Amino acid sequence: MSLWEYANPKKFMQTSAAILPYTAGLTAICLVVGLVWGFFFTPDDFRQGSTVKIIYLHVPSAMMAINIWVMMLVTSLIWLIRRHHVSVLAAKAAAPIGVVMTLIALFTGAIWGQPMWGTWWEWDPRLTSFLILFLFYLGYIALWSAIENSDTAADLTSILCLVGSVFAVLSRYAANFWNQGLHQGASLSLDKEKNVADVFYQPLLFCLAGFVLLFVTLLLLRTRTEIRTRRLLALRLRERQAA
Amino acid sequence: MPDLGKYAFEVSMAYVVSLSLLGVLVAVTLAKGRKVRAQLRAFEEARKEANEKA
Amino acid sequence: MKALLLRDLALAVKAGGGFGLSLAFFLIVTVLIPFGVGPDTGILSEVASGVLWVGALLACLLSLDRIFQLDFEDGSLDLLVTAPLPLEGLVAVKAFAHWLTTGLPLTLMAPVLAVLLNLDPAGFPWLVVSLALGTPALSMIGTFGAALTVGLKRGGLLLSLLVLPLYVPTLIFGAETVRRAVDGFDTTTPLLMLAGITLGTIALLPFAAAAAIRINLR
Repeated sequence: MSLWEYANPKKFMQTSAAILPYTAGLTAICLVVGLVWGFFFTPDDFRQGSTVKIIYLHVPSAMMAINIWVMMLVTSLIWLIRRHHVSVLAAKAAAPIGVVMTLIALFTGAIWGQPMWGTWWEWDPRLTSFLILFLFYLGYIALWSAIENSDTAADLTSILCLVGSVFAVLSRYAANFWNQGLHQGASLSLDKEKNVADVFYQPLLFCLAGFVLLFVTLLLLRTRTEIRTRRLLALRLRERQAA
Repeated sequence: MPDLGKYAFEVSMAYVVSLSLLGVLVAVTLAKGRKVRAQLRAFEEARKEANEKA
Repeated sequence: MKALLLRDLALAVKAGGGFGLSLAFFLIVTVLIPFGVGPDTGILSEVASGVLWVGALLACLLSLDRIFQLDFEDGSLDLLVTAPLPLEGLVAVKAFAHWLTTGLPLTLMAPVLAVLLNLDPAGFPWLVVSLALGTPALSMIGTFGAALTVGLKRGGLLLSLLVLPLYVPTLIFGAETVRRAVDGFDTTTPLLMLAGITLGTIALLPFAAAAAIRINLR
């Protein structure tokens, strides 16, 4: 029973149809439990006040924003090497989810920082890296829409994902370099994960699980749509050629 | 509703924006899925009818 | 390959070749900044290093779609792909030609424009060095972007969207070099990073760009 079996579109459609109700259900449970627990039943932080509640949105979305890009990188590589359409369609399907996660991470990051920084935006290196990641996502999606032939689009966007990944990592270090500089005073970091107390940590785990499951559910849904779209286009093309 | 204190606006905005974005994503995903499934079904039905006539 | 280089250079310098256009654009952007930001020379000299780098970067961007477009349209790109010379080498030559007609002139003209923006004199030599080291990377990255979009009719805007995020590291280290020079700090780190990025892109991107061209010509 190899993972490669799911590269077969038919097998993928069957399996995803079977597990979707479970992933959707689990997603709902985890998200509701995590967010309700975190929002209503946790205390305020000594320094941050009630803004600590933003952690339940910011941390999971930021984690997903990066992991989704990594997933796109892996599936793009699989496409380039083994030519499995399901793989590259999954990458295409994942991108808009990644965009939304990045947007949420940016919004919540900025809003969380406002009480600390006093401004709605600060060029904090981590937030800046997410802004750059957002641009990479946009470019990837734009390239898919610009090219008509779907295999050509798949190849070119996969190459873009590869090159983009290298530059994304490079940009992360460049952004750190750019803003740790000599003119910068000590800035309050949003890196609260390390010393998060248990009372905050447990609902956070539910939220993390919820976001991961949400991604999986949406990914399965969107990939199924992409597979169907591809089949539709192929059928229409065949019909046009027969006429 | 817990007392969000002086950061009520910020925290509420964070939740409203994030949940709305997620809501839009889910809605668009489901809508597009439904549309393509309907188109595919319509196409295959039309093909079936054409085959039966032939 | 030398023939290709000379041909591309000749094409660029001729009418509509974009050679003067990039320089003119660089000048215009530099002149526009004080109108936007205000004539306070104190403020201008603070932003000068960044503005000059961004201006050079945007000017480079202008001429990118010409790298492959003309050859694609008249079919000579197909000939180049099937030529006995490695496509990766040809791509590198095209990037080099782009640099000679865009990056290099921009680098040479930068000190003149730096005067307009009141850049502190300490920054002048480092401006030239950083641009000289960084603009080849801009050309190579741009060539990769052009290879991705070569078949598209109105690919210019998409090209910018794809290429500009890739330009960010070069921009950061290039502008930082000049800023540190102006403030009297050591410029070694950003300069080394800049050189590293340029060398890395020149070594690796030709392969990605060549792959993209082959895909587009299928």
